[in-house]
Amino acid sequence: MDFALEVAGLAKTFDRPAVNDLSFKVRAGEFYALLGPNGAGKTTSLRMVAGLLKQDMGTIKVFGKDTVTDPIAVKQMVAWVPDEPMIYDRLTPLEYLEFVAGLWGIPAKEAQKNANELLDWLRLAPHAHERCEGFSKGMRQKVALAGALVHDPKLIILDEPLTGLDAGSARLVKDVLLSRVEQGCSVIMTTHILEVAERMAERIGVIAGGKLIAEGTLEELRAAGGRGERSLEEIFLELVGDDTFNDAEAA
Amino acid sequence: MLQNPTAGSLGWFARHEFNLSWRDFVRMMSAGKPGREKAVVVFMFLAVIITHAIAYMFLGNSVGNIDTGSKSILLTVSGCIALTFSLMMSQAMELVTRTFYSRSDLDLVLSSPVNEKRVFAVRIGAIAIATSMLPMLLFGSVINVLAIFDNASWLAGYPIIFAFGALATAISLAIAVLMFKTLGAKKTRLATQIIAAVVGAGFIIGIQIAAIVSLDNISRFSFFQSDLMLAIAPGVESLIWLPARGTAGELGPLLQTLLICCAILGLMILVFAPRFGEYVIEAAGIGQTRKIDQPKHLTFRERSKRTSLIFKEWKLLLRDHWLISQSLMQILYLVPPAFMLWRGFGSAETISGVALPILVMAAGQLAGGLAWLAISGEDAPQLVQTAPIPQGMIIRAKVEAVLGAIAILVFPILVLIAFMDFVAMLIAAAGIAAASVSATMIQLWFRSQANRASFRRRQTSSKVATFSEAFSSIMWAGATGLIAAGYWFISPALIFCAFLVLWIARSFRPQKDF
Repeated sequence: MDFALEVAGLAKTFDRPAVNDLSFKVRAGEFYALLGPNGAGKTTSLRMVAGLLKQDMGTIKVFGKDTVTDPIAVKQMVAWVPDEPMIYDRLTPLEYLEFVAGLWGIPAKEAQKNANELLDWLRLAPHAHERCEGFSKGMRQKVALAGALVHDPKLIILDEPLTGLDAGSARLVKDVLLSRVEQGCSVIMTTHILEVAERMAERIGVIAGGKLIAEGTLEELRAAGGRGERSLEEIFLELVGDDTFNDAEAA
Repeated sequence: MLQNPTAGSLGWFARHEFNLSWRDFVRMMSAGKPGREKAVVVFMFLAVIITHAIAYMFLGNSVGNIDTGSKSILLTVSGCIALTFSLMMSQAMELVTRTFYSRSDLDLVLSSPVNEKRVFAVRIGAIAIATSMLPMLLFGSVINVLAIFDNASWLAGYPIIFAFGALATAISLAIAVLMFKTLGAKKTRLATQIIAAVVGAGFIIGIQIAAIVSLDNISRFSFFQSDLMLAIAPGVESLIWLPARGTAGELGPLLQTLLICCAILGLMILVFAPRFGEYVIEAAGIGQTRKIDQPKHLTFRERSKRTSLIFKEWKLLLRDHWLISQSLMQILYLVPPAFMLWRGFGSAETISGVALPILVMAAGQLAGGLAWLAISGEDAPQLVQTAPIPQGMIIRAKVEAVLGAIAILVFPILVLIAFMDFVAMLIAAAGIAAASVSATMIQLWFRSQANRASFRRRQTSSKVATFSEAFSSIMWAGATGLIAAGYWFISPALIFCAFLVLWIARSFRPQKDF
């Protein structure tokens, strides 16, 4: 079986262990949701996968390529979308996409075609020549998502991409992600909106205290603890315990 | 026993503002790092001693026998007040504009059931105090030395500075409101920033140019004491000398100056504070407006990863109005040496002695600012870091963008120098390159992720970076001037010092995790 992402024995310590012996795999063409309470180590793990943090221990492989020994080849295949869209206020969406395509070395013609399609799809075409400085959170997140997709990544990593989005924008983002998965792209996403994970993800990983404590499809998670027809929210709360405790620990 | 002021009263708001300002000051001085307070106190104590020693050396033999009634002294004191006032105007305009546009707690205040007029009255008063603080710190040592070694009445300089701080705030407020009404909320911000920069540097530069024209000398003080100025200036009984007499400690002129300036500020507060809320609400709307860039059709260009990064940096620098206004002052300081070059066409002495060091110094400072914006002020650092580009190439591209921008800016002046003295041009180019590369390297070593809007505070993020950037520029400027003047045998000492500064800065650089 082809794996888009293989994480093995990953560890990262700041003033306390943030990620501790974390291992999981995401299959090629799979939508994987990584859940966990605040401070569980989700963002730290994904930042290490995206190449924004160096792990203390463990290995990360993207389509078989190691992030430490072959970082450029890995980055060429990966797109990272953080919860706070990081775009340039003084560039227009089209200029932003031209810049991103330039960074990933996409030929201009192909990049322009991709950019126009994405802007149309994300309903940003009427704003293509407006500077991003006056954009709402939803529009900014859509521009960032367009930037992530303009270079046709094989693995998309999203950290809380739906935070602060209105219903319409959230729906659009979810549709775009599902369509990419249909085309063979792999997606790994963290979210606190459990209904989203329940409806979109093929498999779900639950992380707490920097470790993976449960993993599988919704049915597998239900079956593992003899949880019958319980919702993901109920399963999640049973797995991670009191959220407040984890918040205090994280603080 | 002091009672706590009633919530919502003027005193209550004043206490709240004071608390915020004090914490802001402590944070600025300690760069937000706890436990640095003691170091800051020691640093300030040393700074006080050094500035007083410099002031004593500067005033030299003149202390002890100053005739405060002479036209020459009145002219010099008035000139100093005018120079200080231009700086205070610049600062007050910036602070007033910031009060209009920065949201911070204004959403809370405006949505609360308190009388907003009181908030704005307190904030305008706070601007007057803040505007006076910097000149008091800058000229405090001069006033103290004069008070100790000449006459204690010179201490009246402090209330005079406050009076002019109040006047600068009042005028800035009137200008900002006038522009708000005529230009609208969107254009006012940029316009006031540019005016603030021009006012801040303009007067000093104007005096320098006047000194060059009349005396072939760049010194402001020589100009104030020149025969030309003494001939033009009115008699000692004129009202124009009121602030100068007040500064020298004459009670009547002191009180009159204070009264007039504070009355003008009070009037402005009475007139404008009640409508301040309206302007703030109007200014809040500009965040929702969008600027459309022409042309409406963009064809993607084939660029390498490196050139994509360079062009992005240049595009952002060109579109950064905030940067333009902040850098304008530094660029304006290039005007006097350029003017001197034009005036002293062919005079090697003027080129080497004054023009080249100023040019090198300005280029170094400008490069430091641009490098901070390109390296630390990156708006989308995660995007750039996750791109399939080696870290070294990202850094190289950003450095190239900065040095390229400096090259474009200094090129016309270098051409001018080349016409006069080709060798001097080569020396200037080498000095500019060395100062710019040094400043950029220092910013690279001390890079820390920050918002572009924090540009004004970049100097407080690391004192080592700030001082080493300034010292290296000074050393390169000195070395350039000496080589151009033919004293090349002394210049290796300054070049060595410049490298020493860089080595010290490099050894103090923080460790990076990634």
